[in-house]
Order: sequence, then C-alpha cells, then structure tokens
Amino acid sequence: MSIWINESSKVLVQGITGGQGTFHATRMTEYGTDVVGGVTPGKGGQVVDLPGRSVPVYDTMGQAVSETNADVSVIYVPARFAAAAIVEAADAFNEIKGEGLIVCITEGIPILDMIRCVGHISEMPGIRLIGPNCPGIITPGENGGCKVGIMPGYIHAKGRIGIISKSGTLTYEAVAQTMSVGEGQTTCIGIGGDPISGTGFIDCLAAFEEDPETEAVVMIGEIGGTAEEDAAAWAADNFSKPIVGFVAGATAPPGKRMGHAGAIISGGKGTAEEKFSAFEKAGIHIARDPSKIGEVLVSVLIEAGLREP
Amino acid sequence: MNIHEYQGKALFREEGVAVQEGVHCTTVDQALEAYDSLGSKIVAVKSQIHAGGRGKGNLYCPDTGDLQMEGGVKIALSRDEVETYSKNILGNILVTKQSGPEGKVVNNLYIEAGCEIAHEYYLALLVDREEDAILVMASTEGGVDIEEVAETTPQAIHKAWTDSSGKLPTGADSAMADSLGLTGVSKDSFKEMLGRLVSMFVSRDCSMVEINPLVRAGDGAMIALDSKISFDDNASFRHPWRAEMRDLSEEEEVEIRANKSGLSYVKLDGNIGCLVNGAGLAMASMDVIKLYGGEPANFLDIGGGANKESITTAFGIILEDPNVEGILVNIFGGIIRCDMVARSIIDASREVGLSVPLVVRFSGTNHEEGRDVLEESSLEVTTVGTLADGAKAIVAATVGVDA
Repeated sequence: MSIWINESSKVLVQGITGGQGTFHATRMTEYGTDVVGGVTPGKGGQVVDLPGRSVPVYDTMGQAVSETNADVSVIYVPARFAAAAIVEAADAFNEIKGEGLIVCITEGIPILDMIRCVGHISEMPGIRLIGPNCPGIITPGENGGCKVGIMPGYIHAKGRIGIISKSGTLTYEAVAQTMSVGEGQTTCIGIGGDPISGTGFIDCLAAFEEDPETEAVVMIGEIGGTAEEDAAAWAADNFSKPIVGFVAGATAPPGKRMGHAGAIISGGKGTAEEKFSAFEKAGIHIARDPSKIGEVLVSVLIEAGLREP
Repeated sequence: MNIHEYQGKALFREEGVAVQEGVHCTTVDQALEAYDSLGSKIVAVKSQIHAGGRGKGNLYCPDTGDLQMEGGVKIALSRDEVETYSKNILGNILVTKQSGPEGKVVNNLYIEAGCEIAHEYYLALLVDREEDAILVMASTEGGVDIEEVAETTPQAIHKAWTDSSGKLPTGADSAMADSLGLTGVSKDSFKEMLGRLVSMFVSRDCSMVEINPLVRAGDGAMIALDSKISFDDNASFRHPWRAEMRDLSEEEEVEIRANKSGLSYVKLDGNIGCLVNGAGLAMASMDVIKLYGGEPANFLDIGGGANKESITTAFGIILEDPNVEGILVNIFGGIIRCDMVARSIIDASREVGLSVPLVVRFSGTNHEEGRDVLEESSLEVTTVGTLADGAKAIVAATVGVDA
C-alpha cells in the first residue's frame, strides 16, 4: 500500500513537449511510472518517444483524460501558464472521472493565481493538488514504482516510512537518512515551499494514518507560516503513529526570504523555534540535525516496538 | 518588491483612494518649492526608505556617525522648518526599528499637506496563507506598532477575508466600518476606500498594502496618511510598469547580482560560507553549522539549473564577504550531478583564487565520481559523507584560522 499513487497509476504530463517535460517524462518512465500521454496546446496528434514506449500528445486535458483514463497529471509548464494548467486538469478530472491527482512542479506562480486555483479545486472533493513549487510525489515499488516529479528515483526503496516535506533536496536528505538505517518508504511527498499551495501536512498525515503499510512518518518543515504548528496540534489528537520532525531555518534572520517564496519570518511569527516546540508539545520526536533523522527514527521505532533493539 | 510611500500614494491617487496632496523631492530646493506649491501652512516632511518605523527612527551623519535629528517624519509649521528638516534628512542615514542597525541613506523626501486628524486607525490587506485568501485587518489603534496591538489587545483588531476571486463577502465592509465605530460620512468613505483597495490589491498583484495611520479627518473623510505596498514578484511579468518603481538602492546589490545568475543569496554575519542546492537544504546547512558551534556567513541556494558559470559566480560572491574564513559545499545531487559540481568547484577555485579551507559533502547523483574528481585534483579540499561531518570539519578548520 501507499498513499495517492501506486505502480498502477496512469500519469499524464502537462507540458510534455517542453525541455523539462520531456526530460522528466523520460526519467519517470525509466523509474517505472506508467506515463500514458501528455498535453501541449497546439501539439495534439504528435507523439513523444519515451524509454520503451511512444505516447500521444493531446491539445487539451479533457481529450487526454478521456482517451487515456489517466489518474494523475504532472505539470511542467512555465509559471505564467501553470495556474491555467492546474484549473484545466482539475476540470477535466472532475468532469470525466470525478477524481484525480494533480502534481504541479512549477516554481514562481503568482500568489493570487494560486488563491484562485486552490479556491476552484476546493469545490471538487475528488480532486487533489500537490504543490506548486515542489519535487512531487513518489511511491517506491518492488520493481521500480511510481515517481511523479523530479526527485532522483534510485535513492528510494519500498518500505514502511512515510515522508512529508516542504523542501526538495531536504526531502532527499530525509530519504537518504531512512535508507542509512535500513528503512524504506511507503510514499514521499514534497508539498512545496509556496505560501499558497494545495495539499498540506495535515492532508498527508490523515492519509498516512489510514495507510496500513505506513508505520512511522518523517515530517520536514521550514520557517514561515503556521502549517507546522497546525499539523502538530492536529497530530496530537488524530495521529497514532510515531513522527520524527525537523524544521529548517533556525538560523534564518527575520524578514528575509530564504529562497522559497513562503520561507520568511514575518512579524516575529513563523520561527523554527516555535515550530520545534510545537512538535515537542505534540509528542513529535525532533531531530535538530537532519543527519540524525535516521538515528532518531530507529530509537522511535524501537520504542514503539516496531524494530528490534 | 517594495515601493516607497510616495510611489504608493501615486498609485492610491490613480485608484481613487483618498490621500493628501504631496510632492516627491530629492533636494532641499525642491522641498521648499513643494512647500510653496502646496499652499498648506502645515506640512509633513517624510523620509522615504523602505523600512517601517520612520517616525520613531533617528538620522545620523554618514561621515561622523553623529545624531543629526530624532524622528524621520517631521511636522513643519513654516518654510524655515521645511528647510531645516529637509537638510537633516537628505543624504543622512535613517535607523529605524525595521531598518537594521546599519540603517538606510535617505535619498528621497515626500512633502505632504497637513491634515486635521480626528482619529488614527490601522488598515492592512495581505495574503493569508492559512486561509488561502486575502485578509483585511483593521484596528482603531492606528499610528502605533500593529504587532504590539496584536500582542496586547488582539480584540482591537478586526478581520475579514475575501473569497478566492478576491471579493469581500457582501456586507463585510459595513461590518468592519461598524466595528471601527465609523458612522455617516466616515462609514461611506471607509467602505469606498476598502472596495478600491481590495480591487487594487488584485489588479496589481500586491502581496501587502498597509496604511498606518488611516485617519478620520475633521470633516469625517477617511484619508490614507501612509502607504506601504509590497508586490508579488512572481506576477511582475504582467506588470511592466513596476520596473520604473524599483529602487535598486534599497536592495542588496550582491543579492541582485546573485539573482541574475539564478542563485538565491542572503548575507549573514558569520564566518562560514555555504554553497548548497535547494532552499530547504541550504537553511538546514546553516542550522547544522550553528549546531556544531560555527556561524554561517550566508544562505546560498544554487538552484536546480546550476552550471559551471553560476557556481563560479557563487564562489565569487561568498568570497567577497571579508568575514568568510571557510566554505562548506553541500550538494544532494538529483538533476544536478555531483561530478559536474566537482569540476565547477575546481575551475571556480582557480578563477577566484580560493584561499580558505573548503569542505565538500556530496550525496545523491554521481557523488562517488564527484568525490573522485576532487580527490584527484590538486585542490586542497576535505570531502565528507554527511552534513554533520561537513559542519564539524568546517567548524574545526575555521577555528584553526582564528587561532
């Protein structure tokens, strides 16, 4: 088991004929993802060659979903067109299937565009958006698996740890930490570092709670906003599995944007200290050094009787 | 992107948001001309810098460091006072609660007609990331630090949220006016202003509009006596007019340069330079350096599209900081290959004449090849396997420099 995607998920690539789209569609296919087609307006009817298969390009998401019966769409289109691509995907999945997962990798989408998108999708209970400005989602399988995004697939292995993170490379670090102590992952989700985004920590935790194969979770936050505090408070009441947490940005100066659009301490709020202490209060096991996530995870698993000392 | 008060007020004027008459000046002579043209006996002489807290800030002479004047915003009752205040402001350094201890040189002045004030309010519009909406915040406690109000009397702050298309629910403007105790002309005036501000926030892709104080004038009209506006940089492509408003002297020159090379750089006060791929990992690298007893000199994310040129630029920028006594490189290869980074490091260190200790941690794509490339080169470099080992090594190496 896993959450939201698995080895049988059928995936469309929006922006498949662009440089990024073709590159990552290739990498995803190599990993084992079932890429069934792509969308680029004006390029319908073309074919894109991927490892071991050629997939059709459609003009619209409506055509693509109807023809391929895809479950997932991943968006690699430039920032100024990305919000429209998200809405198009949401409408197509909602009208044709009543459900669908949209993963938006694009960085730099205007904030008000995202407010409109998130509002639009909130009226569609079967539609889930991950991102934007994120590495995507991956479910490692027995042979390959399903990778929807830009993460290096080979660092992952199937296992029992769920990973949620706002950051890209720091997610990879967390994955490597689980691997260094012999633990694999059920599903890893990069929720992105933008101020306005789709899926949040709580959505992921709720899904991991329901997933019988996920036995523990690693949660990586960063400065800015209060999503970590809210998730910690929610987890204290609703999450039964152990969580290991880290927050990036303890040394970040207030009022300065640290790379990600959302990573900013404003008006004294959103500090790493507040988030660490919210984690501790909620019974989340914290690692102050991300190189120690593996170590903390092992002690937590032992304590929970999930691993031999 | 932030803009000055005088630019914000020009936008307000265009959008029909009530402001006093005012003139932007860069010299004392212009300030005097402005005073003459405004025809108001009382004017406000206002320093224009991007940091808030100007009224309570202090002006210092850039050469001697002597205190020149208390208060960056002055009420002048005569032409002579306009001259005195303008001289004390222009060219001097204004230090406020928000400017940092180094302050900002004031190159711009705003001379604004005085206004009879019955009461001061606070009004702000900003993006609420928790509610996925635009938040309107208003308070009867204007002219003071809103964070203090939020801390001491949170009940004095009234809030309303737009829907996802950026519209306030029907009646929200009236309700907010009521909660501020506004009636009659003032209530109508407030509702009109709020409507215009919300539509301006959306049409111009703002990320924050703050008016502190918003005043009720003697005749009951509501007037924006201040303006602090930030725009969402991601939306700049659809607002070409913004380019003219950008004041590069308000930004860190090195951060602009870094940005042009696809790098994201923030200078800090420590002595250990960091070069990392990914914003989260870059922050984590700083945190771990601190955890093991060092002080990071910067945040630097080389981004997913880094190449030899941008990595060379990154090394150059780190080494421009005279405090840097060592560099930690932390790369988790995904799309970026560690061997490419290794070759770039070797070339960059030759080009910029690297003379401080260098510790490199590679993980992910081609990390072994990357390490081999470094170890086979003549470059003096310590390679490590984990971030913790990297931090410990660079802290040890820079302590050595001090001793």
